[in-house]
Amino acid sequence: MKVEVPVESLKPTDFASDQEVRWCPGCGDYAILAQVKKVLPTLGIPKKDFVFVSGIGCSSRFPYYMETYGFHSIHGRAMAIASGVKVARPELCVWVVTGDGDGLSIGGNHLLHAIRRNIDMNVLLFNNRIYGLTKGQYSPTSELGKKTKTSPKGVLDYPLHPLSVAIGAEASFVARTIDRDLKHMGEVLERAAKHRGTSFVEIYQNCNIFNDGAFSYSTEKDTKDDTRIVLEHGKPLVFGKNRDKGIRLNCTEPEIVQLGDGVTEDDLLFHDEKAPEPSLAYLLSRMHHPHFPEPIGVFRAVERPCYENALADLVGDVPEPSNNDKELDALFHRGDTWEVTN
Amino acid sequence: MTTTTTAPHGASAAREIAEAVTVRFCGDSGDGMQLAGTQFTNTSSIFGNDVATLPDFPAEIRAPAGSIPGVSGFQINFSSHDIHTPGDEVHALIAMNPAALVSNYKDVVAGGIVVVNEDAFKDTNFDKAHLKSNPLDDGTLDGFRVYRVPMEKLTAEAAGAFGLTTKAVNRCKNFFALGIVCWLYERPLDPIIRWIETKMGKMPSVADANIATLKAGWNYCDTVELFPHAYRVPKASIAPGTYRKITGNEATALGLATAARLAGKPLFYGSYPITPASTILEELAALMHMGVKTFQAEDEIAAMASTLGAAFAGVCAATGTSGPGVALKSEAIGLAVMTELPVVIVNVQRGGPSTGLPTKTEQADYLQAVYGRNGECPVAVIAAATPAECFTMAMEAMRLAVEYMTPVMLLTDGYLANGSEPWRIPKIENLPRIKVKHPTSLNGDEHFMPYRRDEFGARPWAIPGTAGLEHRIGGLEKQSVTGNVNYDPDNHQAMIIQRREKISKIAERIPDLKVEGDADADLLVVGWGSTFGAITTALGKVRATGKKVAHAHLRYLDPMPKNTGDVIRSYKKVIVPEMNMGQLLIKLRADFLVDAQGVNKVKGRPFLVSEIEAAINNALEELAK
Repeated sequence: MKVEVPVESLKPTDFASDQEVRWCPGCGDYAILAQVKKVLPTLGIPKKDFVFVSGIGCSSRFPYYMETYGFHSIHGRAMAIASGVKVARPELCVWVVTGDGDGLSIGGNHLLHAIRRNIDMNVLLFNNRIYGLTKGQYSPTSELGKKTKTSPKGVLDYPLHPLSVAIGAEASFVARTIDRDLKHMGEVLERAAKHRGTSFVEIYQNCNIFNDGAFSYSTEKDTKDDTRIVLEHGKPLVFGKNRDKGIRLNCTEPEIVQLGDGVTEDDLLFHDEKAPEPSLAYLLSRMHHPHFPEPIGVFRAVERPCYENALADLVGDVPEPSNNDKELDALFHRGDTWEVTN
Repeated sequence: MTTTTTAPHGASAAREIAEAVTVRFCGDSGDGMQLAGTQFTNTSSIFGNDVATLPDFPAEIRAPAGSIPGVSGFQINFSSHDIHTPGDEVHALIAMNPAALVSNYKDVVAGGIVVVNEDAFKDTNFDKAHLKSNPLDDGTLDGFRVYRVPMEKLTAEAAGAFGLTTKAVNRCKNFFALGIVCWLYERPLDPIIRWIETKMGKMPSVADANIATLKAGWNYCDTVELFPHAYRVPKASIAPGTYRKITGNEATALGLATAARLAGKPLFYGSYPITPASTILEELAALMHMGVKTFQAEDEIAAMASTLGAAFAGVCAATGTSGPGVALKSEAIGLAVMTELPVVIVNVQRGGPSTGLPTKTEQADYLQAVYGRNGECPVAVIAAATPAECFTMAMEAMRLAVEYMTPVMLLTDGYLANGSEPWRIPKIENLPRIKVKHPTSLNGDEHFMPYRRDEFGARPWAIPGTAGLEHRIGGLEKQSVTGNVNYDPDNHQAMIIQRREKISKIAERIPDLKVEGDADADLLVVGWGSTFGAITTALGKVRATGKKVAHAHLRYLDPMPKNTGDVIRSYKKVIVPEMNMGQLLIKLRADFLVDAQGVNKVKGRPFLVSEIEAAINNALEELAK
């Protein structure tokens, strides 16, 4: 007989299920699983109240490996199923694990609508820019010209950028992190978990079988300082091995500038994750390698009412079933009634 | 609210007693015919008649005014005895314009009453209805009793004194027409006036104008002695109790809400607007104070998926749609079968395939309900036979879902959804209770076993928030008992059989199939769903001529009652009327090896009583050969 572990003594291992993890050796998913297990015990939430929901794809195997309530559903529908869970029981802590195909292609519509409703759940979109489980077809985030099994001459359809999509869908929390940067991932996951509303986190995740090195520019030691920029609220956008470069706004366009020679940090763009309008976050979401360093961290974190709470405020409690349920009887008798006697 | 009814004041004309009368209001979809019909139904119900109605409206909200596609109709049959259908033939037709007249007059009985809004019979409207001459003058209406009333002119006079715009005044004319019909059939005006005061109370001048117009219509008949005599349809003798009028969709919504309430649970209803199911969502959205959470999803798929999520979370969960929506929901229904979660799916069937005839009725989704998913994917399927029965069957759907941990499909149709009849309001203590069990302790030595079944084959409904029972479910094949993902061939076949047997076992706890009419007849009519009214009425007519015929009506379609095979095999001949090309027929023939014959109509309209009557008589003649 298992004994419930008190909240304060929960450890990462308490969240490991007895199922053998079956991702390919070297897959970026392992690191994400480990970080999630590390963050959950720090949240002060009993294990019984966590629910992990996923769709279909490599990432969507995630719930099987978590010793929590879990629902491995059907392709693209995780956001809709999770919405039902959270709206029905707002006290639960709901996580959605999805991928670039599951979340942005077959499930794109549900992603948009859950985000706009700001349902309080944490959405982890593992972006590996490829279909892994079906073995190597291009995804909606694959780059133009990429040669895959279904694009032998190169991808023709223009890719989506997950964070731009989320911001366009009125997201209240948008962040990006990288499977190889464990510390950063842990911090971002914790911020996401603590945010009230839909927290949308894109995780650059390496598929070492079908799209190896897709994000190596941002993970390799010798390049990463020049190819990514770590966002910090209220701080200027500085990057580079020697922290001597920055991002400055030229009218409405970002540009890379060299610090020194009259250019100081005060001239740079300062990050404001709480900006009421999402324009700045959107601008950051459009900065792509190789033209710009790619931002990681929290792009946007604003407060907005959650759908499920607004609904719950309107919904009455259900009393114990009773033959004297006057409210129900009144409902039966609504409108004009008439008596028939013998 | 209980109402005492008084006869209309000062009715002066002679009264002729009629047993059952069918009236049809028709006009432009903007003319307020549905409203006039509904109010006439209410006042007839309150007066004490049995009623059955058939609204018939176009898919377009406002097709071009005066055109035939824009015609909207509302038919009501009211009677001093028990009735089951809105009536085959119309005794009195109220036509607000030429298009409405020409598309409806053929349904009027020979010698029947036709009241027209004479002001609309002008050249521009003849053109819109593609008429070359005035149907009032060219002999079209020979053989009918035609009454020309300048309704627009009279409405302008009656409603003109309240400071409304000319357009707003003209909009009152449906109440003038209603006033005429109320006079003709001795209906009380009080309930209508009360309704106007309640609904339009915020705009007193609009309310006053409509009331004045209603009374003007009534007084006009009285003063000019429009009709030689009026009709009296005495009160029906029906079972004692308190009644209200209810449509099928109102009853479905109420049934779902009541089932959850009596289970002590909130109701989650995830749905996407679709004709003719939307009014269930609308009804339930108004019941938030009763613990109902409605979720207007982004699409049909999300409606089903969110409903499944809510069931996993542990509340009573339902979704509603029509055939095209079921097509989109099918994958997630399959997931509900695999995860064995309790959800109710209401399919208010409409004319198909594809978008088909959104506002018309059909029963062509039966095979979709029973078989329409990938894999061996059984769900329980039940059907309501009358508008009021939607209440009972919605409650029953929720009971089966929760007790057997399964999706349950409830089939109704556009005719039931929008049709109405008196509903005897039940006493709460007489309603069934759903017993919900959520385990709180392990059912295995070390781990919770989400697929360990009870005596009915149902798995435990352990819900998030329960310490120690954390488990994972999903769409991949499950290992029996443990619920772990499993690809073993023998396990797969065993699970297929377990899922099927669970549904089949429901037959042990549902009522036997009853036979109405002459149990010793040679001919059995087997029906399901909304054909009940037409079959019952036709059976009565045939039996009144001394012939013998029996009728069995299926409410449970998968599984069927366990005596179904015995019943249908014991007749020499079986006919199966359906508003499809023979779908239940296929199932009956396949399951029971009987040479049943179909009686099929797929016109987007319900069977006429006369059509079933003819089919019965034909079958009896064949038997006599």
